[in-house]
Amino acid sequence: MLVSPYPKTSHWLLVVPALFLAVFLALPFGVIVYRGASIDAFVDSITNSNLQRVAWFTFWQTVISTVLTVVFALPVTYIVSRFRFRGRNALLALITAPFLLPTVVVGTSLLALLPQQLHYTAISIIAAHVLFNVAVVVRVVMPSWAHISPELAYAAHTLGASTFRTFRTITFPLIRPALGFATTAVALFCFTSFGAVRILGGPAFSTLETEIYFRAVQLGDLDGAVAISLIQTLFLAIVLYAWMRWTRTSSTLAVVHSHAASPSRTSHWVAIIIVGFASATAVIAPLIAVAYRSATGWSQVWSRSTASSLFVSVRYAIISAIIATLIGTCIALAVAYSTTSTRVIELITSLPLMISAVTIGLGVLITFDTSPYAFRSAWWITPIAHSLIAIPLVVRIVLPLVQTIPQSLRDAAATLGSRPRVQWLTVDLPLMRRGIATALALSAAVSIGEFGATSFLTRQSNETLPVTIARLLSRPGESQHAQAYALATLFFVFSIGAVFIAEVTRNKRNITS
Amino acid sequence: MKRFTALALAAILLAACSGSSSETEQSTAGPVTLKLLAHDSFTPTEGIFDAFTEATGVMVEIVRGGDAGELLTKAALTAGTPEGDVLWGVDNTLLSRAFDADMFDSYQSVNLSTMDPSLMRNIPGHEVTPVDFGDVCINYDIAWFTDNDISPPMTLDALINKTYANLLVVPSPISSSPGLAFFLATVAEFGEDGWQDYWTQLRANGVLVVDGWTQAYSTEFSGSSGKGDRPIVVSYSSSPAAEVLFADPPTEVAPTGVAPFTCFAQIEYAGILRGTKHKAEAQLLIDYLTDVAFQSDLPLTQFVFPVNSNAVIPESFSRYISRPENPLSIEHNVIAENRVAWLDEWSSIVFK
Repeated sequence: MLVSPYPKTSHWLLVVPALFLAVFLALPFGVIVYRGASIDAFVDSITNSNLQRVAWFTFWQTVISTVLTVVFALPVTYIVSRFRFRGRNALLALITAPFLLPTVVVGTSLLALLPQQLHYTAISIIAAHVLFNVAVVVRVVMPSWAHISPELAYAAHTLGASTFRTFRTITFPLIRPALGFATTAVALFCFTSFGAVRILGGPAFSTLETEIYFRAVQLGDLDGAVAISLIQTLFLAIVLYAWMRWTRTSSTLAVVHSHAASPSRTSHWVAIIIVGFASATAVIAPLIAVAYRSATGWSQVWSRSTASSLFVSVRYAIISAIIATLIGTCIALAVAYSTTSTRVIELITSLPLMISAVTIGLGVLITFDTSPYAFRSAWWITPIAHSLIAIPLVVRIVLPLVQTIPQSLRDAAATLGSRPRVQWLTVDLPLMRRGIATALALSAAVSIGEFGATSFLTRQSNETLPVTIARLLSRPGESQHAQAYALATLFFVFSIGAVFIAEVTRNKRNITS
Repeated sequence: MKRFTALALAAILLAACSGSSSETEQSTAGPVTLKLLAHDSFTPTEGIFDAFTEATGVMVEIVRGGDAGELLTKAALTAGTPEGDVLWGVDNTLLSRAFDADMFDSYQSVNLSTMDPSLMRNIPGHEVTPVDFGDVCINYDIAWFTDNDISPPMTLDALINKTYANLLVVPSPISSSPGLAFFLATVAEFGEDGWQDYWTQLRANGVLVVDGWTQAYSTEFSGSSGKGDRPIVVSYSSSPAAEVLFADPPTEVAPTGVAPFTCFAQIEYAGILRGTKHKAEAQLLIDYLTDVAFQSDLPLTQFVFPVNSNAVIPESFSRYISRPENPLSIEHNVIAENRVAWLDEWSSIVFK
C-alpha cells in the first residue's frame, strides 16, 4: 500500500502512544539501567555460580517444556483441525481455558493435583507450563492444518506413502510457519515464567524472572537484579528479532477455508475418542483437584478481604483493557495508515515483550517516587502496568484487520461524497469492531492474571486476586489453602465458561454469515 | 443501536488519541492518620492503638507488606518519599540494609532509659529504636525423641550426625528472617570459611529447606499443629511457650524443647521513615510502641521479649521460656558486607 488512506492522521495517531510508552515504559527502564547497571554487576552476575544454576534451569526447563507442549498439542490439533464432531467446541474450550487462566492459578491447581512428593520440583513446573501452553499451539496451528486439502493426503496415499511420510512431506511443511510461530511463543512464555514458578518452585527452583524478584525484593540486591534483567532483556531482544525476521518471510493465511470433515473411518473415531478423552482429562483433573480441596474454603471466600481483591481485580481489568485497547488501536491504525517504514513502530510494540513484567514493576516502583510524580502508590499505576503488557497483543489483533480492509470500499465511499472522517466511521470502524472487542477481552484477561509487575506494586489495601492466592498459599493452615483453592476454582470455571460461550457464538456467526 | 455503539467507540477513540487527562490531587485535612508499615507477623491485640488515639488524637493504620525482608526492601526502594510514617520490624540481620538506604530519621525515645544498654549496641546514631528481642534456635519434638529412644540434638555440630539424618527442616535464609538468623548462627559457629563445609554435610544428612518459617514449623515439623514428618526445626526460643498457650486441650507441659547452643540473638527495631509529613506524631508513636502498655502486649501476641524493663511479662510466658546464656551473633556490618555473596554461595551448595 503506497498511498495512505488517511494521510493527515497517521502521524498524530502516534503522539499519545509514544508519550505513554515513553513515560511508563522507556523511562522506568532507563532509570533501572541508570541506577543499577555497571560492568562490575554484570561480571559478578555472569561469574556467580548460583546465577549460572538459575540460568541453566531456566534454559533446560524452557526446552523440555516447549518440546513436551508441542508433543502433547499436535495430536489434539490434528483431531480438531481435520474433523467435525460432537463436543468439538467443548473440547476446544477446555483446552483453551488454561491459557486464559492466571499462571498462579495453573500452578495452584497443580499443587492441588500432584502428590506431595512432586510439590516444589522441576516436574511440577514443567507440567504447569505444558498445561498452560498447549492452547497456544492448538490455536495457532489449527487454521493452517484445517486449511490443507485432504486431497493432498489422498494423492500421497495413492502413490504409496505411509501415514508418517505423508505427515512429514505434506502436512508438516504446510503447518511449519504456524508451528514455528507457536513454538517461539511457547518458549518465550516458559523462559519468562513467573507465577507458576513462584507457586511451584519452592526455595530450590528459580527462573531468571523469579530470581530478579527474589534479588530485588528479598535480598535487596538491586544491582544484581538489574544486571539479570538486562541480560534477560538482551537475550529476549535477540530471540524476538530473529522471530520478527522469520515471521516476515512467512506468509499468513488470508482466507481460511476449513477442510474439516466428519470422521469417516473407525480409525478416525478411535483417534478422536482417545485424544479427546485424554486431553479433556488433563484439563479437568486439576480442576477437580482444586475444587475438591477447596471444599472447606468457600465460607471464607466471601470474607471482606477476599471479596475486595475480587473487586480490585475486576476494576483493574476494566481500566487496563480500555487503556491498552485505545493505545494499541492507535498504534495499529498509525502503522496501517502510514506509508513510511513501520519497523520502528514494530520495535516499540515489541518492547513490552522484551522488558519483562517484573522489570516493569521494579522500574515503576523506583521511578515514580518523587513528588509530584509519586505515582507508585497511586492505585492506577497497577492497571497502567497491566496495559503495557497487553498493548502488543492489541496491536497484533487489530493491525491485520485494518490492513485487510479493502481500499476499494473507502474509494467507493469517497466517490459517493463522504469526507475522510465519515469514511473512517462507516468503513474502517465497523470492520474493526470485532477485533476491538477481542482486544478488550484479551487485555482484561491479561490484567486479571498479571502477577509479575503486580508483585512489586501491590499494597495490602489493593491486592489483586493472583496476589491474594499466592499470599494464602504461602501461609500455613488448611483453611488458608482451601481459600486459595476456592478462588482458583472460581477462575477455572469462569474461564472455561467464557471460552465456551465465545466458541459457540463464533461458530454460530460463521454459520449464519 | 449498532450505529450508536460505533459512534460512541469512535468518540472514545478520538478523545483518547488526542489525549487529555487530568489528575486532581487529594488534599489532606482533618485529624492525622499515621501509617504504620509492618511485616505480616505483626499481630498486636485488636484495638491496642485506641489508647494512643485517645491520648494524642492521632489515628494509626497498620499496613502490612509481606515478610520482614520484603517490607524492608520496599521501604528501602522508596527511601525519602515513604509509603508510611513508621516502620515496625527490621531486625539486626537486616539492619545494615536499612542504614545503606538511609531510610530512617533519627529519634531518641523517652523510653530509651528503660532499656538494657546492650540493645543500643548496633545503633549509636539512634536511627531506629529497639522494640523487642528474642532468639532463633533449633526446636525439637520431645515426644518423637522419647518414642524413638534417641536423645535430642543440643548443638549445631550434632545436626550433621547420622543419628539425625533426614530429621531437620529449615526455612530458607533467602526468604525468611529466622532462616537467615539460623544461617548466620552457623557462620558464627563455624567461621566465614567453615560454614560451607558444614552446610555440605547438612545437605548430605538430608536437611529439608522450605520457603518460610510458617511452612517449616506448622507443616513439616512433627511437634506442632501440622504433625509433619520432621522432629527438628528452626524456630524461636519462645515457641514452646506458644505451644502451651495455644494447646487444645490445655496442657501444663511444653511438647517441644529448645537446643540451647544453637541460638542466634535477634533484636527487632522500629523507625521513623525519612520524608514523613507527620514527624512529630510519628515520634509520639515510637514512644507509645516502647511504652509499658504496648510492650506488655508483646509476649503473648508475638512471642518476643519486651525491651522496656518495666513491662509486665506474663507468668504463662516466662515459665516456659528461658533465654540461652550466650547466643551466637555477628556484627551487623559484617553481615552487610557479606550477606548477598554468602547467600549466593549457600544456594549453590544447598540446591546443587
